[in-house]
Amino acid sequence: MGTVFTPFASFGGGLLIGLGAVFLMLGLGRIFGATGILSGTVFVESREEMTWRLALIAGMVLAPGLIFAVTGSMPALTVPVSPAMIVVGGVIVGLGASLGSGCTSGHGVCGLSRLSIRSLVAVPTFMVTGAITVFLIRHVFGG
Amino acid sequence: MKHIYALLTGLIFGTGIAISGMMDPAKVLNFFDLAGTWDPSLAFVMGGALVVTFIGYRLVWRRDAPLFGGRFQVPTSTVLDSKLIGGSALFGIGWGIAGFCPGAAIPALGTGRWEVALFLVAVIAGFFLRRVLPVAKLPRTAS
Repeated sequence: MGTVFTPFASFGGGLLIGLGAVFLMLGLGRIFGATGILSGTVFVESREEMTWRLALIAGMVLAPGLIFAVTGSMPALTVPVSPAMIVVGGVIVGLGASLGSGCTSGHGVCGLSRLSIRSLVAVPTFMVTGAITVFLIRHVFGG
Repeated sequence: MKHIYALLTGLIFGTGIAISGMMDPAKVLNFFDLAGTWDPSLAFVMGGALVVTFIGYRLVWRRDAPLFGGRFQVPTSTVLDSKLIGGSALFGIGWGIAGFCPGAAIPALGTGRWEVALFLVAVIAGFFLRRVLPVAKLPRTAS
């Protein structure tokens, strides 16, 4: 199923994502890595380390509501895969991102902009395996 | 005040995710589908975010400390090991199967779609899986 190419909305959204990451560094001195933020609320180090993460997550979750309030419609979200694939993919994402110490936000946005050597290796790695996976599912196994 | 700031930071980030198209698995999977219904939009998300963080981080780091105290906590490891590469490879595979990544799924939770909640529960299960695997005995290198 095709999707519409949205260079301007995507670039504009990207600017806001970057702004959120910069503000988090400015205020709290932290990297905006979704994996670390989420796992920090599951494996709690201290109350202080958990509460700012929960506040951050609450703000993130409120975003579609804000979009709805302003535009009258929720952001597009089409799930073209089965519930089983969501579960399998989710477990692999959780395992891989915690093992590799980051995901698209931590390595992709924050790490690349810092020119972290680990992120410069991690990002092409997960981009390539993601593309190979989609190729295999869609064009080899015909999912 | 720190928590309100964190919430607003999350809201900015989440709004960016929503506008950019990152929270739409159909778009994410099409970004990976070079041989099929390719949609290059998400490259623009990364581009927009990196422009802001690349400049913004460097401006922020001119300060001695974050606004709410403490210090700037930036990963300093430069170790390129099998955990980083294998974990990142796994992360890409999971991302390619499900179409969600953690930074997109957290704001997407605000749309109220059950598939997003299912994905995040699976991600957290993946975090636990990482802790019980033998490799989990190794120390974390970053978060």
